[in-house]
Amino acid sequence: MVHTSLDVVDEKISAMGKALVDQRELYLGLLYPTEDYKVYGYVTNSKVKFVMVVDSSNPALRDNEIRSMFRKLHNSYTDVMCNPFYNPGDRIQSRAFDSMVTSMMIQVC
Amino acid sequence: MVDAVLFEFLHTEMVAELWAHEADPDPGPGEQKMNLLVLESMGFRVGQALGERLPRETLALREELDVLKFLCKDLWVAVFQKQMDSLRTNHQGTYVLQDSSFPLLVRMASGLQYVEEAPKFLAFTCGLLRGTLSTLGIKSLVTASVAALPACRFQVVVQRS
Repeated sequence: MVHTSLDVVDEKISAMGKALVDQRELYLGLLYPTEDYKVYGYVTNSKVKFVMVVDSSNPALRDNEIRSMFRKLHNSYTDVMCNPFYNPGDRIQSRAFDSMVTSMMIQVC
Repeated sequence: MVDAVLFEFLHTEMVAELWAHEADPDPGPGEQKMNLLVLESMGFRVGQALGERLPRETLALREELDVLKFLCKDLWVAVFQKQMDSLRTNHQGTYVLQDSSFPLLVRMASGLQYVEEAPKFLAFTCGLLRGTLSTLGIKSLVTASVAALPACRFQVVVQRS
């Protein structure tokens, strides 16, 4: 399911290339709703894509909460990149990153 | 904000340290290339991290030219506190970035003195440009040339596969 959402992300990116550039286009919004899950996407300038899958039974997740979660994710990812012991392309093994992600998920549940 | 001169001192020491390692009496051109490669790969890793951190709040960079303009303005200002003086392109993937007063060279000389020594002071910056470009999705080859200090030119050739 994450793979199909990646296809939707690519579609949105290529569609936006022809549109105006003056909007905040990093956040892609709700990709498409399925029966049990909602999927949100976010693309960075370095073409790194973050995909978030959320259980639909949780009614209270507002748009700006999702945006702030993506912003935190982006910031932590940037910190991981700047770590000199991390080689770009490897699997992320940073404990700080993992703990940030877990705390974010706990906040939502 | 940290004083820019700290980076200049660090960079000068880096070049001096790597150059001092070829203490053999007969270094040969292979050895020198190795040191330039080390400097360039250091710049590459720094550029990769900067390429992730700097464009965070900017809008999505759609075209190659936008990315190059970002390099000339935002990257140069962040690292050297000034913008690149000129950017030219042939629209076929080659870009020439010119800086008439490159901060890492400005303290050395003004004119033709030390032109042979200049390349080792530009290797790190070439790597920096290449690293930032690679994080932003552009594979390239960056070379630098100096005609007269402190002006220098960086040539970026985009490798399309």
